[in-house]
Amino acid sequence: MATRQTGAKRIRVLPGFKLTLGYTLLYLSLIVLIPLAAAFVKTSTLSWAQFSHVVFSPQAMASYRLSFGASLFAALVNAVFGLIVAWVLVRYNFFGKKIVDALVDLPFALPTAVAGITLATLYAENGWIGQFFSSTSGWHLYLHLPAIKISFTRLGIFVALTFIGLPFVVRTVQPVLEDFDSEIEEAAASLGANRWQAFWRIILPTLTPALLTGFALAFARALGEYGSVVFISSNIPMKTQITPLLIMTKLEEFDYPGATALAVVMLVVSFVLLLAINLLQWWSNRYHTSSLS
Amino acid sequence: MTPVATTFPVRPRASHRRSTNEPPLVRGLLITVALVFIALFLVIPLVSVFAQALNKGLGFYFQTITDPLALSAVRLTLIAAGISVPLNCVFGVAAAWTIAKFDFRGKSILLTLIDLPFSISPVISGLVYVLIFGAQGWLGHYENADHPWFPWFQNWLNAHDIKIIFAVPGIVLATIFVTFPFVARELIPLMQAQGRTEEEAARVLGASGWQMFWRVTLPNIKWGLLYGVILCNARAMGEFGAVSVVSGHIRGQTNTIPLHVEILYNEYNFTGAFAVASLLAFLALITLALKTWVEYRNVELRGTAFTPVPIGKKQ
Repeated sequence: MATRQTGAKRIRVLPGFKLTLGYTLLYLSLIVLIPLAAAFVKTSTLSWAQFSHVVFSPQAMASYRLSFGASLFAALVNAVFGLIVAWVLVRYNFFGKKIVDALVDLPFALPTAVAGITLATLYAENGWIGQFFSSTSGWHLYLHLPAIKISFTRLGIFVALTFIGLPFVVRTVQPVLEDFDSEIEEAAASLGANRWQAFWRIILPTLTPALLTGFALAFARALGEYGSVVFISSNIPMKTQITPLLIMTKLEEFDYPGATALAVVMLVVSFVLLLAINLLQWWSNRYHTSSLS
Repeated sequence: MTPVATTFPVRPRASHRRSTNEPPLVRGLLITVALVFIALFLVIPLVSVFAQALNKGLGFYFQTITDPLALSAVRLTLIAAGISVPLNCVFGVAAAWTIAKFDFRGKSILLTLIDLPFSISPVISGLVYVLIFGAQGWLGHYENADHPWFPWFQNWLNAHDIKIIFAVPGIVLATIFVTFPFVARELIPLMQAQGRTEEEAARVLGASGWQMFWRVTLPNIKWGLLYGVILCNARAMGEFGAVSVVSGHIRGQTNTIPLHVEILYNEYNFTGAFAVASLLAFLALITLALKTWVEYRNVELRGTAFTPVPIGKKQ
């Protein structure tokens, strides 16, 4: 600790504590805290009736259902495939492994607007991927299955949110898997466990906190996503309108109180998720260090 | 006691598979599933950006990206990133110094607050600035604002005809907000891990505060700083949602590259939209390459871009 007890007086050896703490608090307040407080203050000028009229309107409720549902499914898909990708990257060797490893971060580096127009084009009826599911061509005709429309439907929103959340599970699980002590697996094997038992009973429990953290991060990211969804969704109220898009629509109509009320609902959800993620990470670190050291 | 020879004849096994490896079939299946997933979601979209951009040939491509409106969008994006990245860099170093090197109450709350902009929808990040600087906001441009808290400031803005929302300052502010945590979040765990001993030694040997910072601290954190700057810059140049809210979408004036992509796309000029988007895709590839290079030099930084700084981590 930077302070040393010398009698009753505390002496700091390192300089700049007051300066840097003061600057940090000032900058944080000006850029983040005061603007966020503005949203809550603005909402507090609404009466409860006005507030509930906006945030419990059928259109808002439909947007919450869609946002939560699509984000949840996208995060689940990412949890399953992210675990497989992390496993393959850590445990196996194959051609192009380093490139795949670097590419996992693409959804983070590629601006969301670019991801949006690209996915919308790819999954449209005449797109590279969408054509395989379209009504005029595609494999499903041979199997007598109905055509699937992806772009401009809820399925498209799910595709965009899966893309956006892809790196999170891989990047939270990967380091835990890398540090995993193979002696534990060897012990399991020598005690007669088969490979599946070793994975299910030894490896997966160790990975669970990291897996949950990655899942929660991907879910939180998907919930607030706007840029990629706005292009791939048809943005029809009650059907394909996610909550950030509803806020945007209200802003374009200059309905600032309505937009702010919805923003406050989303902010509260974000805060709860942030708290959950911090708790998960604390659990993950504790679990990780206590089981391996 | 004489040691007994403990060599047993070991029969060489036909298969070299260790008990902690999967059968080749399972291994092949898992690799295939992972690669198909990556191809479907990452490789095909990336390739298609460039394929769509060159749909109408190189001539059209260069004509689109050298269009005056496209160039003004590039300029505005460079301005926004050029202001927000250095500001967040200075903040990141200051915050990391105070959090990593000193102990004080409320540290974990401060850490959470610094991470806050990441967990907020970009649309809301833009909205809060509209609430403050918009027509009806606390610091609105007009004298008849709802709550004229600082009339002198509003008068000054009016007198100098400075607009914030639907103008360049708003775009810069929104960009600062969404890229706020990047540098701090990379430096805090790094500086916590490094501890205080080197800086304390420099001080004891008579170095001044600045000498200590330039000769000891900065060389120690340079890779983390570079890493944070790369990530911060990528987000600053690519931000769409927050900037979209505060920009007036005035072509040639308040359009950044992502907003220009949106306009072209909504005008059904798909090839043009992808041509401009390919500039951002290039930027993404450069970001990934630099990021991988820095991770190669400094292994601890891997994966830190996606996880918040753990709270309550003691040195």
